[in-house]
Amino acid sequence: MRQRKLTKTFKSNLITYGMVIAAYVIIQILINTGNISNLLKGLMVPLCTYAILAVSLNLTVGILGELSLGHAGFMCLGAFASAFFSSCMKETSIPPALRFFLAILIGAVVAGIFGVLIGIPVLRLRGDYLAIVTLAFGEIIKNLVNALYVGLDEDGFHFSMKNSMDLNMSDQGRVIINGAQGITGTPKDATFTIGIVLLLITLFIVLNLIYSRDGRAIMSIRDNTIAAESVGINITKYKIMAFSISAALAGVAGVLYAHNLSALTATSKNFGYNMSILFLVFVVLGGIGNIRGSIIAAVVLTLLPELLRGLNDYRMLIYSIVLIAMMLFNWAPKCIEWREKLVSKVKSRRKETKEV
Amino acid sequence: MKMKKLLSVVVASAMVLAMAGCGNNDSSNSGSTAPANESTQASTTPDGGASAGGTFKIGGMGPLTGPAAIYGTNVRNAAQIAVDEINAAGGVNGYMLELNFQDDEHDAQKAVNAYNTLKDWGAQMILGAVTSTPCIAVTDETLLDNMFQLTPSGSAVKCTQYDNNFRLCFSDPDQGAASAQYIGENNLATKVGIIYDTSNEYSTGIYESFMKGATGQPFEVVAEMQYTEDTNTDFKVQIQKCQEAGAELIFLPMYYEDASRILTQANDIGYNPLYFSCDGMDGILGVEGFDTSLAEGVMLLTPFAADAQDEKTQSFVAKYQTAHGEIPNQFGADGYDCIYVIKAALEASNATPDMSVSELCEALKSGITSITYDGLTGAGMKWNAEGEPAKAPKAVKIENGAYTAM
Repeated sequence: MRQRKLTKTFKSNLITYGMVIAAYVIIQILINTGNISNLLKGLMVPLCTYAILAVSLNLTVGILGELSLGHAGFMCLGAFASAFFSSCMKETSIPPALRFFLAILIGAVVAGIFGVLIGIPVLRLRGDYLAIVTLAFGEIIKNLVNALYVGLDEDGFHFSMKNSMDLNMSDQGRVIINGAQGITGTPKDATFTIGIVLLLITLFIVLNLIYSRDGRAIMSIRDNTIAAESVGINITKYKIMAFSISAALAGVAGVLYAHNLSALTATSKNFGYNMSILFLVFVVLGGIGNIRGSIIAAVVLTLLPELLRGLNDYRMLIYSIVLIAMMLFNWAPKCIEWREKLVSKVKSRRKETKEV
Repeated sequence: MKMKKLLSVVVASAMVLAMAGCGNNDSSNSGSTAPANESTQASTTPDGGASAGGTFKIGGMGPLTGPAAIYGTNVRNAAQIAVDEINAAGGVNGYMLELNFQDDEHDAQKAVNAYNTLKDWGAQMILGAVTSTPCIAVTDETLLDNMFQLTPSGSAVKCTQYDNNFRLCFSDPDQGAASAQYIGENNLATKVGIIYDTSNEYSTGIYESFMKGATGQPFEVVAEMQYTEDTNTDFKVQIQKCQEAGAELIFLPMYYEDASRILTQANDIGYNPLYFSCDGMDGILGVEGFDTSLAEGVMLLTPFAADAQDEKTQSFVAKYQTAHGEIPNQFGADGYDCIYVIKAALEASNATPDMSVSELCEALKSGITSITYDGLTGAGMKWNAEGEPAKAPKAVKIENGAYTAM
């Protein structure tokens, strides 16, 4: 019995990995044969970014069972930390591959550290309260970054929270983070292949965590905190563990985002709470706790507004309507009932034809 | 479980199909992209001579949805008017123009997506992006393809960082420094307060260059007040601080919606300093529910005033008003001028639509630096190879509910 169950999860994981790799192979073939539009080619890195975000948020929402609305804040941290590093290192002789590798590590570590720092006080709250506090955290990060000025000259770094003149730099100095004008000139290191590799690593980390001893402990906290505590599970430790891993992975997604665009600013459009809610939509549409589903939802919902460009002014309207329809189709109880009926009908028909 | 698996397989396969479909029928995709554009195209084409190979395809991008939508829609509408005019008058050296304007939602990522969509459509040159950050993101993409890019209103310095990028508006440093100089030279005030939006790159850009330009001028900056886009409804604190500091003039480097609230709230507490602002202030007379008498005496540096008396402006405003039922702002004028600048540059370099994107870019680069253009947003405009326009900033004052030149 135990053996059978293991193979089942193993199979399910394999399907998830296989789906990502298959998508990669298909897209690569399309790119190499020139059968893909520029739009889709340009969308590949963002798709990886949002898929990583969806998977990482699913760790908090689906596995830990806590509602977090500050995920865009962690993404923002990863993006700015890594873009800052890459901009500083751009003119040194460090090879781009190594630089990007270090940038990814820095993004993940910075977001992870903040995940722990935020997690310690915040995870004492539950449910709605936690959601509101994380939402506030995301906004704080965005506004802090907007007020931050950092410059670099031969004397080292200069910081200011006021304006770039306050940095008092020498003439050779350059402003790296310029307040609301953000970081410009980040090298474009992110590629589709790296994005897919990072997505696979994310999947590997999350899926392995879920099916490990720690993962079961985390899920037991989700299912019944009191029962988990009574059998000696260290609630705080496991909560912070899941939360910070989720934050670090969001940071990785931020790195990918920052290194795909040369202009990085923290606006409400890319790192605001609307974005956090969009990530939550990915998770909810894909199924809470369903890793594969969140990847699919992230891809569909990122592609949809772009593929609807043909509708011009009605684009965002149709997008919202399709979103509502998809939500209903996936999760309305009557719809699930109807779908199940449909499937069983098809199955019984298939059986009948077999018998005949 | 089984159900979920089945569903995910179905969704995944549908996605793959959709992707493959997109790759294969680019042309049919673009056909549906701009039905409005195409219909006007058909009706204004004077003869059948301008076939598919005979049109210059201009790709535009700007925010058509979201809070910055007013800027993008103005550019799109005005650029379309210019395209229609040029086509009706026989085109550029006999070739027609075609405009496809995509939404970038004022977001860098979406702007790159829009650019890629335009590339799929076959764009040969880019009009955009309308706002600064998306514009900077797009410059890196156009550099890779060596595609000519002319931004109507991307004012950040980096919007023209490569030699294929040009702009029509003033850059932020130009505006800020010019404002400081103007206030100083005309002795408008001795104590100046500033209110600016720290979360906005346009506002902070002008603020910084204003502060740099203010050193050595015969006035003192007594208050520097900040706000962000999340707190842009209540300005009482900032206004009171300016009042306490005794500011006789308040410099407002921001867009007009915020400025209209500042003017109203300052009036509520009985504080009536002079106001000085930049091109973002243009449009304040059109804010709904705003008492325009409060804007009396407001000075702004702007390249365009919708009620200027010259024939060009009047005909443009009339056309815009009949087509879209509103008065265009400075962004519209920028977009309109951009199309004519592209036309002039194309004519100057004798470019033809069958040239490759890169050849066209080289031709336009040499074309735009050789022309002198008189338009809605300035007379005698010239461009240097860095992409910056040379034109005199016009200061206007609001008097009797209308912009008058100073």
